[in-house]
Amino acid sequence: MPRSGLGGDGVGGHDDYDTAVTDTALIDPDVLERVLSSALEGGGDMAEVFAEDAVTASAMLDDRRVEELSSGRSRGAGIRVVDGETTGFAHTADLSEPGLAAAARAAAAVARQGGARVRTVALGPLSAHGRGDRTPPDSVDKARKLELLTRADEAARAAGNAVTQVQVGCGDSRRRVLIANSEGLLAQDDQIRTRFNVVCVANGDTGMQTGYESVARTEGFEIFERHRVEDIAQRAAARALVKLSARPAPSGEVPIVLAGGSGGILFHEACGHGLEADHIVKDASVYTGRVGELVASPLVTLVDDGTVLGEWGNFAVDDEGCPPGRNVLIENGVLTDYMWDWLRARKEGRKSSGNGRRQSYQHLPMVRMTNTYLLAGSDDPDEIVAQTPSGVYVKKLGGGQVNTATGDFVFGTTEAYLIENGRITEPLRDANLIGNGPEVLRRIDAVATDFDMTPGTCGKDGQSVPVGCGQATLRITGVTLGGTA
Amino acid sequence: MTNELLDLARSVVEQAKDGEGVEVYVTRGTDTEVRAYDGEVESLTSADSSGVGIRVLVDGPGGAGSQVGFAWAGSLDPTVIAATLADARDNARFATPDPDMVLAEPDGVAPVELDLWDDGVASTSMEKKIALALELERATRGADPRIRQVSSADYSDSRVEVALASTTGISSFRRRTNAFLSVDAIAGEGAETQTGTGFSIGRGPGELVPDEAMDDAVVRATRMLGAQKVPSAHCTVVFDPRVVSTLLAVVASALSGESVVKGRSFFAGRIGESVGVGGLTLVDDPTDARAYGATSHDGEGLACRRNVLISEGVLGMFVFDTVSARRAGTASTGSAVRGGFAGTPSAGCRALVLSPGSKSQDEIFATVGEGLYVQSVTGVHSGVNPVSGDFSVGAEGLLIQGGTLARPVREVTVASTLQRMLQSVVEIGGDLRWLPGVAAGQTLAIAEMALSGD
Repeated sequence: MPRSGLGGDGVGGHDDYDTAVTDTALIDPDVLERVLSSALEGGGDMAEVFAEDAVTASAMLDDRRVEELSSGRSRGAGIRVVDGETTGFAHTADLSEPGLAAAARAAAAVARQGGARVRTVALGPLSAHGRGDRTPPDSVDKARKLELLTRADEAARAAGNAVTQVQVGCGDSRRRVLIANSEGLLAQDDQIRTRFNVVCVANGDTGMQTGYESVARTEGFEIFERHRVEDIAQRAAARALVKLSARPAPSGEVPIVLAGGSGGILFHEACGHGLEADHIVKDASVYTGRVGELVASPLVTLVDDGTVLGEWGNFAVDDEGCPPGRNVLIENGVLTDYMWDWLRARKEGRKSSGNGRRQSYQHLPMVRMTNTYLLAGSDDPDEIVAQTPSGVYVKKLGGGQVNTATGDFVFGTTEAYLIENGRITEPLRDANLIGNGPEVLRRIDAVATDFDMTPGTCGKDGQSVPVGCGQATLRITGVTLGGTA
Repeated sequence: MTNELLDLARSVVEQAKDGEGVEVYVTRGTDTEVRAYDGEVESLTSADSSGVGIRVLVDGPGGAGSQVGFAWAGSLDPTVIAATLADARDNARFATPDPDMVLAEPDGVAPVELDLWDDGVASTSMEKKIALALELERATRGADPRIRQVSSADYSDSRVEVALASTTGISSFRRRTNAFLSVDAIAGEGAETQTGTGFSIGRGPGELVPDEAMDDAVVRATRMLGAQKVPSAHCTVVFDPRVVSTLLAVVASALSGESVVKGRSFFAGRIGESVGVGGLTLVDDPTDARAYGATSHDGEGLACRRNVLISEGVLGMFVFDTVSARRAGTASTGSAVRGGFAGTPSAGCRALVLSPGSKSQDEIFATVGEGLYVQSVTGVHSGVNPVSGDFSVGAEGLLIQGGTLARPVREVTVASTLQRMLQSVVEIGGDLRWLPGVAAGQTLAIAEMALSGD
């Protein structure tokens, strides 16, 4: 079976992480044991402490000025107590034992009064993770980061006189988490993420157009050894410039060819969200009860994989302390499994798949994607275009949105072209595409070999988490394109 | 007015060094959230949170202007605040000196006294709040035999206090409460499923109307049953008030003076020109207590005021914060917004209202005769571009035939440009609804939209 470039050799699971403790624990294990025990005094099935220490830095260059450097720090713990079907949750910025105990009492207040009883919690050995080969962002001089912004600004402006505005952003974060629960779990992770993005505005006779490009990885400053900021800037500028001559996108159902790495957002929206177990257990997904059924073209093998080192949705343990997995969701078109967190897995008497994530200690975890990608196929990307008499070639996708219950979803183009007689021709203005998940997945009739991934931010129920999306060039025989022509 | 939070902000400002400008934003709040599912409390969250955001301005080299640095922390612990101030100070050294970079100064505009605080948020028992969510869930499940599932019914409320002080004499305090009920209903017939969301908002639990949330969710889900795609066409589209509120929020970003001075708005350079139909008047008025975004002071501590942005179709002004106003050679309109303690000020709208017409939604359907009524849209963040004005969104709703609602429609898009849409408004409803977000909404009919379907 073909495997994607990034999911390929040398990319394993959490074993690739060093097992050394990288820093002092956020909370002493003895304190954790006492807090967890007291949280269950009034009853309850499970108590959990999620402690987080996050430090972020960002810099923004806009309108030729370094407008602002920003530093942020956030530190606290979220405590949940699960009692039957009910979860109580409280959070605090006070990591002292009295502070944690107060939050534990608040979280436990929802637990039924099961009569006072002593529950002793004994934590297992710490499973700690951290990679020693990263360049922590706070070890990099601020002036060096700013130089990257200036270089990108100059490269974008050099791309064409019509580039009238450039905004360059750079950000990094270090997030240390510690998770302990009354089942004895004790785990921690040290997550370093770095992103760089450029937005260009180009101005022409037909008005203004925008171009956006970003890179983002779960690693330190070494991301810039892999990516030149000038390249990122030029891609953003080129995207804005080409659209100055764009014609309105067609309206109605058309064949679509998605370029490799254009944004696997298609799968994120068409089925990813619908395969999250919280929607499944509430019968709020079109994919409920369909394991074992053919839900997509046989060319579709879809994987959610939090283990892909360095990808934007990568981590050593999820926000419930569970290591991520390489979870095959759809295999050759057949639905094989959903994604699970602790709570929904417990309901079905199974194990979490390592998809329990949260935005911060102030949020409850829920089922979230990590890096979701379609495995590469065997077709030649140029051939796919050549064999498409007419249609639309999408070079880059923006965001999307789905209604998991109906399966209807949209995703927007930010760089697209007409395909005429098997050739890519005129650029098109931005538009949304709309389709129904299971229907669109059945209409995929070609998948190429040129796999690539893109980073994104996934929003669900008010919480944002970093995710990766990936796919090779593919064709969908018909999707409704929301243009005006 | 003296209070603990404002005293704290002032005490940090007093640590400014000679020649330094310091602005301190401190906030604290309490949130409650109850989620009901299948007759039980699925989750209950109750938590206090607080934070600080500090801007430091220093004189740049050679009199080229000021340099600004920013830092924030999710804590009001004194040692954390001290470290945050030091971070902001260090960050300032790296910014490009900018003659327009200044802190807001008191401008003599008196803040409008607003009562946005409902003691009911604090005094209502948790049992009562839980009961509201459970009852909403139960009632929605039983409202119609076609309601197959209620995926969540939520009660939530918040209390937020914000104090802001600076070395330039800003000293402001504001507080507000919000309460919210929302429900997601799933209707089904055979293999088909449709969804509807309903909500009710208020300053406190006593203002919430559970039936309003329930009816909205149930009607929106059930009337979509049997929905189909329709052929592509050009037609008049009637937008629901909730959709109009969402669309106005996008228009708002093009009315931000910051977008304008940085060449990122299709409204740039068009002051005094006709940008919409004659009957179109758009006002941003955070001093109207009915607005969700109502507030006495803006994100720099200046008094909020009523700003008429578009008057009878003519573009009158943009909204500005202090820095974007200086760049444009004008004064702040009291329109600084910031994303809590972790964000810096920028110019934006808080409480947009389109002057209402007189017709009800049904009267608008009757006038329009033939077209598409859109009850909800998707993909606004991916398909509406406030720089170019390109507009393309996913839509669901019902056909309008013979002046009334006919069969339901799904999986279509509606497209145009924002510029053309403002010039093609044919009806503005009188059914103004105060909604969460930065804009109120009413029914709006727009001619000549491209509908994409089969």
